[in-house]
Amino acid sequence: MLYQIIVFAPLIGALIAGLGAPRIGEKPSMVITTVLLMLSAVLSWIAFFSVTGGDGGTTVELFRWMDVGGFKANWSLKIDSLTAVMLVVVNTVSALVHLYSWGYMEEDPSKPRFFAYLSLFTFAMLMLVTADNFIQMFFGWEGVGLASYLLIGFWYKKPSANDAAIKAFITNRVGDVGLALGVMTIFLVFGSVNFETVFTAIKTNQDGVRDLVLPFLGMEFNAIELIAFLLFVGAMGKSAQFILHVWLPDAMEGPTPVSALIHAATMVTAGVFLVCRAYPIYEFAPTTAAFVAVLGGFTAFFAATVGLVQNDIKRVIAYSTCSQLGYMFFAAGLGAYNAAMFHLFTHAFFKALLFLGAGSVIHALHHQQDMRKMGGIWKVIPVTYIVMIIGTLAITGVGIPGTGNFGFAGFASKDLIIESAYDAGHAGVTAGAFAFWAGIVAALMTSFYSWRLIFMTFHGKHRGPKKYLDQAHESPLVMTIPLILLAIGAAFAGFFFYKSFAYNAHDFWGHALPMGHAEYGDGNLYAAAGGDVAKDSGGHHDYPLWVLWAPFIVSALGFVMAWFTYIYNNGTEKRIASEGGPIYKFLLNKWYIDELYNATIVRGTKWLGDVFWKIGDIKIIDRFGPNGVAAAAMAGAKRLSKIQSGYLYHYAFIMLIGVAAIIGLVLRSIGG
Amino acid sequence: MFNNLPILSLITFLPLVGAIALMFFARISKGEARTQLDKNAPMVALLVSVAVLILSLLMVWQFDATSAEFDFVEETAWLGGNIKYRMGVDGISVLFVVLTAFLTPLCILASRNSIKKNMVDYMVAFLVLETIMIGVFCALDLILFYLFFEAVLIPMFIIIGVWGGKDRVYASYKFFLYTLLGSVLMLAAVLWIYNLGGTTDIRALHKLEIPAGAQTWLWLAFFASFAVKMPMWPVHTWLPDAHVQAPTAGSVILAGILLKMGGYGFLRFSLPMFPDASVKFTPLIFALSVIAIIYTSLVAYRQKDMKKLIAYSSVAHMGFVTMGIFAINMQGLQGSIFQMISHGLVSGALFFCVGVIYDRMHTRDIEFYGGLVKSMPVYAFFLMLFTMANVGLPGTSGFVGEILTMVGAYKVNPWVAAGAALGMILSAVYALYLYRAVIFGEQTNEKLNDIQDLNRTEFIVLAPLAFFVILLGIYPSLVTDITEVSVENLIQNFNLRIGQGS
Repeated sequence: MLYQIIVFAPLIGALIAGLGAPRIGEKPSMVITTVLLMLSAVLSWIAFFSVTGGDGGTTVELFRWMDVGGFKANWSLKIDSLTAVMLVVVNTVSALVHLYSWGYMEEDPSKPRFFAYLSLFTFAMLMLVTADNFIQMFFGWEGVGLASYLLIGFWYKKPSANDAAIKAFITNRVGDVGLALGVMTIFLVFGSVNFETVFTAIKTNQDGVRDLVLPFLGMEFNAIELIAFLLFVGAMGKSAQFILHVWLPDAMEGPTPVSALIHAATMVTAGVFLVCRAYPIYEFAPTTAAFVAVLGGFTAFFAATVGLVQNDIKRVIAYSTCSQLGYMFFAAGLGAYNAAMFHLFTHAFFKALLFLGAGSVIHALHHQQDMRKMGGIWKVIPVTYIVMIIGTLAITGVGIPGTGNFGFAGFASKDLIIESAYDAGHAGVTAGAFAFWAGIVAALMTSFYSWRLIFMTFHGKHRGPKKYLDQAHESPLVMTIPLILLAIGAAFAGFFFYKSFAYNAHDFWGHALPMGHAEYGDGNLYAAAGGDVAKDSGGHHDYPLWVLWAPFIVSALGFVMAWFTYIYNNGTEKRIASEGGPIYKFLLNKWYIDELYNATIVRGTKWLGDVFWKIGDIKIIDRFGPNGVAAAAMAGAKRLSKIQSGYLYHYAFIMLIGVAAIIGLVLRSIGG
Repeated sequence: MFNNLPILSLITFLPLVGAIALMFFARISKGEARTQLDKNAPMVALLVSVAVLILSLLMVWQFDATSAEFDFVEETAWLGGNIKYRMGVDGISVLFVVLTAFLTPLCILASRNSIKKNMVDYMVAFLVLETIMIGVFCALDLILFYLFFEAVLIPMFIIIGVWGGKDRVYASYKFFLYTLLGSVLMLAAVLWIYNLGGTTDIRALHKLEIPAGAQTWLWLAFFASFAVKMPMWPVHTWLPDAHVQAPTAGSVILAGILLKMGGYGFLRFSLPMFPDASVKFTPLIFALSVIAIIYTSLVAYRQKDMKKLIAYSSVAHMGFVTMGIFAINMQGLQGSIFQMISHGLVSGALFFCVGVIYDRMHTRDIEFYGGLVKSMPVYAFFLMLFTMANVGLPGTSGFVGEILTMVGAYKVNPWVAAGAALGMILSAVYALYLYRAVIFGEQTNEKLNDIQDLNRTEFIVLAPLAFFVILLGIYPSLVTDITEVSVENLIQNFNLRIGQGS
């Protein structure tokens, strides 16, 4: 029952708040959803410790969903270490966000709807992570997409929010189509969509599936590579990787708690979860895995460059999320799944913290999101300030190099990722070397934009209207308590869980992820590089000193540069902006990718629609079809005043003739 | 339970009896009594159609889903020779009977307030329509089928023609021209088949060996009729016009049941009787299906009229059906039947939803609306649910049909499935565009200030549809278990008979 309660409590909350609100009122809806979520969160931690502590998990079959000619999927709850990690992340952040929203959404007139959506989202996310087959995963996958759409467009009167919501849904659908085709290919190759069946077939190379070649769209592909690629297209959409990332920054139109829960901590990490869950596929798809790594590395770099110059506080964090997801992907692509999951875990805490902290600032300053109009408020909102500093220390990966886990959350996980990439690169995997350098450069930029955010928001002179500064006040307890709890996570999650995630201490992962050489597939790039040997023994790898120190040095460098630009030499920013070099403009406009899509895809779709309709349907089909065939009959018809004349009788007449003909035929056959 | 009871005839003709009774009373009553009758006619029709629904539920409860044989078979001498009055249902047809019996009472309920003139005649037309629709799915004789199949257009013409919008002349003219071509060719084919086989018993025809050359021509003749009914691209242009002009309930029946007759025809006749020709023309069907899915989705996106938008989206969804049918495997066929049932519920519900605001504002112009969620939250909820079902969101019935037909097609031809998958994106494009324009945004049109949320009747109409859309979404076996054996049997026979005709 434990797992059923964890998964379905949020659904019950969503239904009660969503459908029952008019009856039960506003406050009860909020209380019910929040309490149920907290229940789920507490139980998730219990499940987490028992599953990762050695009980290994289980699969609860609920009931049959689809069962058509071997295409079979059950509603079920698969619980293993991978799921347990996600349960904890999703429910903890969700519970805190529910609580935080009491304060943040205080003045909103439709609170029950908001809480219903939040809980609905949580339920869909839980269905995604507990799936034991690809179809249920797809259910969760699209379900979170729906909840995300509803929440981005929560303030439905704002055209920009509506645009952003639709953009998010449709961009995600592009990815979902890839995922759906991937699932279909899996069914075609393996005759099943069940995780266990498919993964066992790959691992044991049943029926030679690993070497199977499939024709797809006129080309021939290795079946596993094709599947891996198609699934990754889905991951690119959901996790906002380059070319499908465009929806994430716009998604900031949603209320800030939503950004923290969905667009930072949980939903956007679903793609990483997918790659880790389907690791047996990626193990045997080295080409696609390398592609995942390179694209992840590139996204880490690309999003960081854009984050450098954005002025909207939420957009900076959004691009930062995009960039951090890139880190997770390159780790996963290189086969260091545990590192990817570790970063997913720590990132959930510090990124949710940064978003909610930003929300607290926005709340204090009359919904101001433009950092150019902030500044000088650290004394006014000290709690927010301190937790934001902790979040920033976590994301910039501050810690003592070489110790592994003596540092803030991001230190332990990000350095683990960078070291894994170094391992792979060192062993001659090009994708690894690329990812390593992309990771280092991105870390420099991460540090710069994160501190820039702190300096612009909290320090210097206040640049907005003075009366807003005077009225500004610290957020209420319902908001600061979640902040403080998340800050604790951001500070210590790395320290506490490093051994478990990285070294599989106490058999943390069970059979959920490959640990140790024997379990890696031939295609695991990281294992091919000998990367797991030292990790197995639990000791620390002998990395060259510069590798251990590089992330720390660039992080410090980023801090200094930001401090120099925004504190010491205040005004540099303005000079850069006013002189407006082409690079600055290029970054400010996000590499002009939105413009490119608008000019091509968006306009193209409308144009094609018009052409098909006005030329295809009207000018060609109708003209040469019904209108042309009997223009004369038409002319006659127009003169008739009563409609029920004409055709009806003609029609009935023809039918009668037909029947008469049949009867005639019958009679003839009888007579003859 | 129905050992000696002609249950199918009972279900089929009960509405007709009701219609005749209504007509009779309309004839004999005058003045006050006539007004009274106008008032009570919907109630009478509702009772009759509910009785039909109950009977059909009993029938499906007794239906033997473990056998592919036709159940509840009736056979009586009729036109003479081997043309008999034969009725019977199997797993493929039985659910369409239930779907018809389910949608009709809802239509009658919804029409009660929106129809302003000739109430008795309207109810008569609807009951007659129900008889004919159920007849199509119960007929076990080719001639009988043909009669029902063509006759169904007569009450539909009347409904559009008398209670339709202002361009109903053009719409029914177009409707007529398209279907005329198909029905003439099909009639010729029916005669030919009778000559070939000497019988019109569908069970016997399923075993009839037809030379490959003849199969080709017969297949094309049936195709002409079914393709128009579906409708498939490029013979789809009658549908948007017919929908726009039809009254709400007319649209619901049109989209919910009439469009399914084409698909049912392919399943009942084209595949079993002309297997060789079906194989031969599969590429054509695939091409037309994919074109329909992409082309009409794009056209739907550019519409300004809500009904036209949904009509075009119906054409796209029917593309999934034809694609699934001609994949000729379990997933494809099961998926296409499921898709038809699901689309019957979803598109029916969407047209009801359009009707709700049309009754209030008398316009279907998308731009007229906006910001409705503020004054109509319950309506917004239902429309969101049905929009998502239309988009094929997992958890709604729309998803199951789409994914199964795509899986089926993928096995045969990845190109086709990939093309159809593109439709998944495009359906989100047009459906969300519509939803946003009508429901979200600031309410700027002052005429919408006093608009009321769903009344009790409208709620009663939409709630069961919503219930089944979700129920079938999370437990599709309700449908697939019933259809499974018959579909399996169809595929087996199909594979056995391929090549026999040559």
